Amino acid sequence: MNQTLTTNWSGGVSPFGIGHRKLGMWLFILSDSLTFGALLMCYGYVRVASEAWAKPFTFSPSIIFSTVMTFCLLTSSLTMVMAVAASAKGDRPKMVKWIAATMIAGLAFVVLHLIEWNHLIAEGLRPFSVPAEWGENASPMFGATFFAITGLHMLHVLSGVIYLGVTAARKKATHEDVEISGLYWHFVDLVWMFVFPLIYLLSIKY
Amino acid sequence: MESEHITIRTYSLVWLWLIALTAIEVFLGYIHVPLAMMLVSVIGLSIIKAVLIMAYFMHLKFERLSLILTIVPAMVVCILLFLAFFPDGFRAFSLKTFR
Repeated sequence: MNQTLTTNWSGGVSPFGIGHRKLGMWLFILSDSLTFGALLMCYGYVRVASEAWAKPFTFSPSIIFSTVMTFCLLTSSLTMVMAVAASAKGDRPKMVKWIAATMIAGLAFVVLHLIEWNHLIAEGLRPFSVPAEWGENASPMFGATFFAITGLHMLHVLSGVIYLGVTAARKKATHEDVEISGLYWHFVDLVWMFVFPLIYLLSIKY
Repeated sequence: MESEHITIRTYSLVWLWLIALTAIEVFLGYIHVPLAMMLVSVIGLSIIKAVLIMAYFMHLKFERLSLILTIVPAMVVCILLFLAFFPDGFRAFSLKTFR
């Protein structure tokens, strides 16, 4: 507290103890979690208000497939903390390698996700209609919530991969820059920790 | 920040915990837990996972208290926001007769 405030009403010196860019990323993460929170709230509302909700995901292969996707994202978070740890030691080549590993895991997630989307679209899932085999009165809003939430998340993963690539490629990038890109990456992982159980695990077909 | 460095070992342990909690969630799906019970357990486990990610991977545990007090309540409100309609999910079970 003593370093924080110099005198009363002085406004303090760096009250959060972090740089303005890192604080900016934290605030962005707050606003972005509100975006996802709102989408998940709509999902909850639409699902509760519908007469019936489709449960199209078979345990094998659908759920196993999305579990592998989850594994990719969790592992990419581990490689990202490795990159931040390497950059803290000033080991730039190692940092670049770990970031490359993170980007590969992120891209693997996106590719697997697109394969899954492709399967569902081939089955007949559309933003405002579901295949007839999914149940007579299954709400057509399944597609809207599914594509909107997982699509926005996939967009975040893709922009994260580009962001990490730019950070790794920039010679001028400081340790703080690597840390900030790490914050963003972990946030994308964190969002998936809620999307995966709510969208997939609550719609398993038995 | 300099005073409390997390070791690679801690990061790997946190990662293992995240994998384990995910495995429990998937297992609950596999053994076909009733929907209401499933909802409560996966949300509980996911909140634990979110706390682990924010505390260790995002380093929040080792930041100044003022930052923690800024971020954590906002995140709690955000989680409460998307849980807003879930209690109605339980009420809906008893309303199925109206159609």
